[in-house]
Amino acid sequence: MKLRSWGRLSEEEHPYIPLSRASSLHIEHPDKKILAHGMGRSYGDVCLNPVGNLLFTRDLDRFLSFNPVSGELVCEAGVLLGDIQRIFAPKGWMLPVTPGTQYVTMAGALANDVHGKNHHSQGCFSSHVNWLKLERTDGELITCSPSEKSGWFEATAGGLGLTGVIKQLSINLKPIESSWLDTETLFFSNLSEFFQLSEESEANWEYTVSWIDCSSNKHKRGIFIRANHSEIPGETLPAGRKLGIPFVPPFSLVNGLSVSAFNQAYFYAHKTKRGMNKSHYQSYFYPLDGILNWNRMYGPRGFYQYQLVIPRQAGQPAIDAVLDEISTSGQGSFLSVLKTFGNKPSPGLLSFPLEGVTLALDFPNRGKKTSQLFDRLDAIVKEAKGRLYPAKDARMPEDLFTNGYPNLSQFTAYRDPGISSGLSRRLMGW
Amino acid sequence: MKRYAIVGATSAIAEHCARIWLTKEDLDLTLVARNKERAESVVQDLRVRSPGSVIRIIEGDLVTPSSIEDIVREICQAGDVDCVLIAHGSLPDQEACQNDLARSANELSVNGISPALFAEAFANKMSISGRGQIGIIGSVAGDRGRKSNYIYGAAKGLLTRYAQGLQHRFAGTDVVITLVKPGPTQTPMTAHLSDEGPKMADVTAVAQTIVNGMAKERPVVYAPGKWLIIMMIIRHLPRFIFNRMDI
Ligand SMILES: Cc1cc2nc3c(=O)[nH]c(=O)nc-3n(C[C@H](O)[C@H](O)[C@H](O)COP(=O)(O)OP(=O)(O)OC[C@H]3O[C@@H](n4cnc5c(N)ncnc54)[C@H](O)[C@@H]3O)c2cc1C
Ligand SMILES: NC(=O)c1ccc[n+]([C@@H]2O[C@H](COP(=O)([O-])OP(=O)(O)OC[C@H]3O[C@@H](n4cnc5c(N)ncnc54)[C@H](OP(=O)(O)O)[C@@H]3O)[C@@H](O)[C@H]2O)c1
Repeated sequence: MKLRSWGRLSEEEHPYIPLSRASSLHIEHPDKKILAHGMGRSYGDVCLNPVGNLLFTRDLDRFLSFNPVSGELVCEAGVLLGDIQRIFAPKGWMLPVTPGTQYVTMAGALANDVHGKNHHSQGCFSSHVNWLKLERTDGELITCSPSEKSGWFEATAGGLGLTGVIKQLSINLKPIESSWLDTETLFFSNLSEFFQLSEESEANWEYTVSWIDCSSNKHKRGIFIRANHSEIPGETLPAGRKLGIPFVPPFSLVNGLSVSAFNQAYFYAHKTKRGMNKSHYQSYFYPLDGILNWNRMYGPRGFYQYQLVIPRQAGQPAIDAVLDEISTSGQGSFLSVLKTFGNKPSPGLLSFPLEGVTLALDFPNRGKKTSQLFDRLDAIVKEAKGRLYPAKDARMPEDLFTNGYPNLSQFTAYRDPGISSGLSRRLMGW
Repeated sequence: MKRYAIVGATSAIAEHCARIWLTKEDLDLTLVARNKERAESVVQDLRVRSPGSVIRIIEGDLVTPSSIEDIVREICQAGDVDCVLIAHGSLPDQEACQNDLARSANELSVNGISPALFAEAFANKMSISGRGQIGIIGSVAGDRGRKSNYIYGAAKGLLTRYAQGLQHRFAGTDVVITLVKPGPTQTPMTAHLSDEGPKMADVTAVAQTIVNGMAKERPVVYAPGKWLIIMMIIRHLPRFIFNRMDI
């Protein structure tokens, strides 16, 4: 079957192999290297394995137990984050950390050690995982946690699927009073204001995120939205009809004109919403999930997401330089996401988050023009001792990866020699 | 609490129907399976989704008539059943069946006779209580025989006639019979048809269609709905065209 990841940059043949509960990896795949694949919501080749076998984990979708006192949930690898939110939010529990889409699997979220809008208060996804069960391609079964066989845990959380196949995991859900959030929308007209707002908000607001307009280098303006769980129980949202992009347009709908028009419109639409509001968690956490297949609007050549993190001290000047580079290039993307990461250490050897500031931007694939821009951005990131997010990557140079992830050699000791991905071959040589 | 029962409860399609039912309300649910251990894991999951529900397993032989009778008696002894879903089935290798009559006989009885007998046994109980719903999972394969799976198709076709007969018998009463006809769906049953995978329907969506169709008391539910039209066309294709098709 032809398969693309979220960025739609490549479309290569992969055999369709559903992973079953009873499967024994070492018997069933002796010839080719394997890789686990969740929902393919990663943007690049971290979830692809065109020359090998891809094991689809979605059938492993059962819960094993829930403790209504401690909030501990044990489930299989392919359970969707969205299913957990939908089932548990009405019971007063929610995932402690969630990325910007709910259509991802639990093991996929753990393998990329995803982060959410509350990184400054809750750390990464794996910070809430109690233990996981891993199956290696030689048949070994390993149960590991931050305290037992912790080396395996640290390698597997954020381990990009390369240490084995996660079969089950345990996570602590977080008690909530309501499915709604109290949000406040603010504006900033330059980066200093953004950093100031972030600093002010981190102590009293669980969630913060901002959208920055990078179509113009005159004003680095943006919208800052902070939120806390509401204390007043609210109605649950009725399931609405979803909008969708039903087909792939022959060319990218994202061009200079549409981007600046969109950014203007978005900016002014929010201006009317300035101040305090209430948002349902669905629309606050997952604004893009309402538009099915929005990734198709970039046309047949697909798009890149470039997500970087810069350590705190170097943050502001580096982000400034990156935004200047982008607006000069005229390839500015739709709203870009800017957020500060807090000082909670990331458990995984290859976890992406580090204390500092992260910026994520989408770029339609315009071939050489785009890759040249990325080269210039890479230089800024490298200089500032930052790194790029493998979950979003399809092109970073090897040295940026090795410099950005100093624990790489420690990690390699845990790799499963029967596993390989597009990304591991590109960046690690195996 | 309403009383539900599912026969062949480890079926992926049935399991997903159960999940949907249990998210709506707490139920008293009996799961019938030929293997208790496999059913345990389904129950574990359902209990997490619906801690207020009462869920039990009955393990048994789903093919022998006397065993079917015992199972249904045990379920109905505890009280009237509001809704039953009969879901078990197996997709045999057609060629292997052609060369082995014992195997064919077994497949015909697992996919045709056994579900019909379950329906009959529950129908007899419901005729006494005067109410209840029986969902029987047939298949689009039962709509027209074709060379690649007519042993399975014939058994599923038997269920079509059977359901029709029951619907006639209970017309105008509060006993409702729904025949469900899924199209190709991604479940363990079809996992070996590997490259078809992504083209097949998603089991969650199929289950939702079944649950909605049963709630509306439809006599026949195609899942996904598009199979109603596809099968209408296939059924009406003239033989000289149909016979030239490699399906
Ligand atoms: C709209 C959108 C918004 C997003 N927002 C965020 C965000 O805010 N923060 C963030 O951190 N990320 C974000 N992401 C990225 C996304 O959360 C991650 O890429 C996530 O890991 C995808 O999960 P998946 O189930 O689709 O896994 P895939 O993309 O299929 O796989 C991801 C990795 O997990 C591995 N894997 C999957 N299952 C297993 C298993 N059972 N055992 C071992 N390894 C396994 C794969 O091999 C691969 O390396 C976003 C993505 C989208 C599309
Ligand atoms: N999937 C499809 O594409 C599709 C299409 C049309 C119709 N259907 C029908 O939908 C129903 C459910 O199928 P599914 O897709 O959910 O498949 P599944 O997950 O493979 O489930 C099959 C079920 O049938 C049981 N079973 C198999 N052989 C049996 C036997 N000899 N005796 C007793 N029980 C037996 C299995 O029990 P164990 O767990 O113990 O093995 C399991 O509960 C079946 O009637 C099938 O024919 C499926």
